[in-house]
Amino acid sequence: MQVLVYDGSFAGLLTAVFDVYEYKYAGATIVPEARRQDSIFATSHMVYTDEIKAQRVWKGLEATINRAGINALYRTFLSEQAGMEDMLLRYMQYAFLKGNIGSDYSHEAVRYVTDTAKKVHREKHRMEAFVRFQLTKDNLYYATVEPDFNVLPLIEPHFRKRYADQRWLIYDVKRKYGLYYDLKQVQYITLTFNDAHGNGKAVAAILDETEEIYQQLWQKYFASVNIASRKNMKLHIQHMPRRYWKYLPEKQPR
Amino acid sequence: MGWDRIAEKLEILADAAKYDVSCSSSGSKRKNDNKGLGNAEGMGICHAYTEDGRCVSLLKILLTNFCIFDCAYCVSRKSNDIKRAAFTVQEVVDLTINFYRRNYIEGLFLSSGIFKNADYTMERLVLIAKKLRTEHRFNGYIHLKAIPGSSNELLQEAGLYADRLSVNVEMPTEQSLKLLAPDKNRADMIHPMKYIQGALRQYKDEKAVIKSTPLFAPAGQSTQMVIGATPDTDLHVLYTANHFYSKLNLKRVYYSGYVPIRTDNRLPALGTPVPVIRENRLYQADWLLRFYGFKVDEIISPQQPLLDLDIDPKLAWALRNLDVFPVDVNKADLAIIKRIPGIGVQSALKIVAARKFSRLGWDHLKKMGIAINRARYFITCQSPLFEKKDYLPEQIKQLILSSAHSKYTASFSPQGSLF
Repeated sequence: MQVLVYDGSFAGLLTAVFDVYEYKYAGATIVPEARRQDSIFATSHMVYTDEIKAQRVWKGLEATINRAGINALYRTFLSEQAGMEDMLLRYMQYAFLKGNIGSDYSHEAVRYVTDTAKKVHREKHRMEAFVRFQLTKDNLYYATVEPDFNVLPLIEPHFRKRYADQRWLIYDVKRKYGLYYDLKQVQYITLTFNDAHGNGKAVAAILDETEEIYQQLWQKYFASVNIASRKNMKLHIQHMPRRYWKYLPEKQPR
Repeated sequence: MGWDRIAEKLEILADAAKYDVSCSSSGSKRKNDNKGLGNAEGMGICHAYTEDGRCVSLLKILLTNFCIFDCAYCVSRKSNDIKRAAFTVQEVVDLTINFYRRNYIEGLFLSSGIFKNADYTMERLVLIAKKLRTEHRFNGYIHLKAIPGSSNELLQEAGLYADRLSVNVEMPTEQSLKLLAPDKNRADMIHPMKYIQGALRQYKDEKAVIKSTPLFAPAGQSTQMVIGATPDTDLHVLYTANHFYSKLNLKRVYYSGYVPIRTDNRLPALGTPVPVIRENRLYQADWLLRFYGFKVDEIISPQQPLLDLDIDPKLAWALRNLDVFPVDVNKADLAIIKRIPGIGVQSALKIVAARKFSRLGWDHLKKMGIAINRARYFITCQSPLFEKKDYLPEQIKQLILSSAHSKYTASFSPQGSLF
């Protein structure tokens, strides 16, 4: 078995696919550096990320499959799930062989990519819903998130279009990077925390004095719109899974 | 500032508005192209869910719960002894903007009790929307209630600032409305609906010629009926809904299961459970009308004026029309595939797309997410194994019911269990 080790970037993955064709590897498997496990039964090939090779594969895909298929491939990559590389490789090989196969749901890799892309899309949508900004003293709307998948690149256009007249920052504490909008454009940034609050949780001291008030008003509103005689906690939790609660003011004890 | 008083008003006026079920924030076309605040071009977003499982998408409040009317089913009726409150225009604007900037909401759903008269009330609702749009360059979603009896000029102006307008018909039939809301009459409700329909059509025609025509309620109009407060049958409810969809081009009709709030011999007694299953079946029937190509007389008939509570209306239709089945999923038209129990619109589209590549068998269908335990009695596919028995409708119903566990089981049992 041939193992290809890449750096974990999308361009790296596409380069790996290029190499599979260049070296005519059969039964290849692609793993990121971080998950590499050398085996005595396999030979490994180090992939050197090459923008030109990556571009050639990407162009080839764009010429072969439709927009929905292209989006699904990128979203599957952002899922960061173990083994997604091999499924993407099989999907691409099948596409290069047969053409626009994005809706051939009887093929395992096509189904995997479609389903995974859907999960990532759901997480993107949840982040668009569950981001909660807090206003700081210097007029920055600040939010921390911990999404299951790496969806910051996907939610960027949504927040850029929506909050065009306020400075905002959305920080992924799990992946340690964030999106910052300065009223002109969005930048990818990393933060270094020099205090005990290294997890990126906003400290009360830096918040605007109205922040606490609006959080309380929101909590009161949330409690008031509930109809107690229709209580349905199962449905509530299905829509708002517990893992998101710690960043939602309405789910904090009052 | 009097934050405590604002908090108290918010509690009173959100509580009074919560029986309006619409919380949709989708279907608008309002883009943020003035570098302002907010964007309502895409699909709706539920920012939170209440403990009863309903979506919280908009700041849904009444401007005031003072009301000159005395509708039996309404918490804000004038004879009810409750705390009354009223927001100022600026308070509503500030709450909306500050909640929106923190990504709590998609926009504002503003309704009101009627104080003084219809026009006086409507004027204030319009003023709030106008302030948000012009002073704050707010492009989020605004849903305004059109107050029955307000003037055409105000409705026109409301449409220029709102994304959606709605008039609640309240009751499925005129007789029920007369009984429970003696101050209101149906004609007052139908008039603004017709006016809005006309204005929507006119703006659409103008837009086709002149691209810069301003938006007019781009998410259309909707309405709501209370279910279970009166003896009206599902036949009444669905024919009324169908009329609104086909004759008045409404975007949505909402059904609100009556929550008993008082003792009144015209109404179900306090403690009567909210008819959630019936409400659910009505929404299923509503979906069949709007997305599945069903005609209203296929779903309900004067012979059986109530929807079956045990099974959904699509399965009920299939059982009444077994001669249509079995359907070959590899050949049948999309319209027929959508009618198979256990296959939704998305799955039907997937089947039609996937069968171009290879003939589909049970395994494929299962992995594509089709509910085989229902669909198996109605389809054939690329497999020699399919249901060959000629079941009677009642047998299929029992087989399906026994293979599935209804989320409503508890509501069916006549008696609570002790352990």
